[in-house]
Amino acid sequence: MSPQSPPALSEVSQAFCILFILLLPLALAGLALINTGLSRLRSAAHSMMATLCVVGVAAVAYFVTGFAWQGYPGLASHTLSILGKEWGWLGAGHFFLRGVPLDGSRASLAALLQLLSVGLAALIPLGAAAERWRLRACCLSTALLAGITYPLFAHWVWGGGWLANLGSNYGLGLGFLDAGGSSTIQAVGGLTALCMVWLLGPRRGKYNLEGMPAALPGHNTVYVLFGCVLALVGWMGLNAAGSILFAGAPLGRTVLVAVNTLLSAAGAVLATAAITRYRFGKPDASLSANGWVCGLAASSAGCAYVPPAAALLIGLVAGVLVTYTVAWMEAHLGLDDPAGAISVHALGGIWGILAVGLLPRTAAVAALAHAANPRVVPSGQMLAQVVGVATLLGFVLPFTYSLNWILNRFIPQRIPPQEERQGADLYELGAGAYPEFMTHTDEFSQW
Amino acid sequence: MKITGLLMMPAGWIIVLSALVLLRAFLALNLFIAAGLGVEILGLVLLTRSHLTAKRGNE
Repeated sequence: MSPQSPPALSEVSQAFCILFILLLPLALAGLALINTGLSRLRSAAHSMMATLCVVGVAAVAYFVTGFAWQGYPGLASHTLSILGKEWGWLGAGHFFLRGVPLDGSRASLAALLQLLSVGLAALIPLGAAAERWRLRACCLSTALLAGITYPLFAHWVWGGGWLANLGSNYGLGLGFLDAGGSSTIQAVGGLTALCMVWLLGPRRGKYNLEGMPAALPGHNTVYVLFGCVLALVGWMGLNAAGSILFAGAPLGRTVLVAVNTLLSAAGAVLATAAITRYRFGKPDASLSANGWVCGLAASSAGCAYVPPAAALLIGLVAGVLVTYTVAWMEAHLGLDDPAGAISVHALGGIWGILAVGLLPRTAAVAALAHAANPRVVPSGQMLAQVVGVATLLGFVLPFTYSLNWILNRFIPQRIPPQEERQGADLYELGAGAYPEFMTHTDEFSQW
Repeated sequence: MKITGLLMMPAGWIIVLSALVLLRAFLALNLFIAAGLGVEILGLVLLTRSHLTAKRGNE
């Protein structure tokens, strides 16, 4: 079945859309710097090398199967007919991007955007599993994410699938709304990070015999904070391009998108800095960076739908959320997540999704929802967003866990404990990131 | 505990999907979707506890 095609973009919109998409590598660079800065000196080169490999594998896997299974509204898809309603569950395109004219059409721009954004999703678990994830295993795990899990869920949200059609089929507002990828990119990446942290276990020396966590600070705060600035630029491009391609926003609305993205990040970092200043006497740079990225992750879903004041509120809540959950997960759930990726991307993404249903939307979006559905369910938009979150928890998380558990049975994903002591750089790459530097004695003091 | 948790999460999702397909009344739809989400969260708690237990066992 082929869902209705959205109207073609004007040449000006195409040009701006390409420009926005080309900003996305800055988000990849930002996340790579954050992951590397938050890991220890002994694994810095491994972290950057893994970034390149993961982005490469993600792009290739998405090229081979991803876009065919994700599809785009107007392209062919597999559907189930349930009690008279069509449920699109998988794209029915050709592998290797065959049949997609790379000519600036909406579908081709979506393919370009996704080739990059799937890499962004794949970088998220890399931060959580830093210092103990084998290079070969993280490439294979990324292939599963980019080739199977990501396109499947993204088809439901962005490819004209059943979540997108909850509005037209069941009167739930405008259906599941996510303009920039709080669910498809951030929450999927964050939940994959959770699975990897579970499967790999904590780094050596992270927990003592009583189960108390030790602080293993990252090796370069400047990388982390500079990465945040790069991420903002990349996220503005991601949200703007996503709003045009997946939310049908006109070019002019990208101004609102950029304002919302910035305000959300600003609200989050200010909330985090204020809370850590209150709790610890000084603002915490690492947690503030987590807050900034959490604000960006939460901004994506509603960037084209909510007014700026709501975006600021989304950011403030994201900042509070990340400040408390990072420490709580580490201390009480035994989750050793050096980059805070689970809190930042999974919880931040889920909060962003729910905020679209919870907070007031702009007048244009509200009018569109009313016109689209004559039989609107009260609180329908919130229900649609909750169904999306239920799908993430009920399908994406167990599916990802199972895939990686099977992979781990055949190819052990963790660096052997005795080799972990010398660091992933030496074990996997044969050389450190900073060979002229003396290794500080405190790097080994805990052993 | 791990397998139970892993199975409860899709079970909760199926409750949500069934509610969408079968129910039209506003209150019932809300309640069943909330119940499905509750089952998923219970599964998540079980999965988390299973990993905590395994970690303590390793220590």
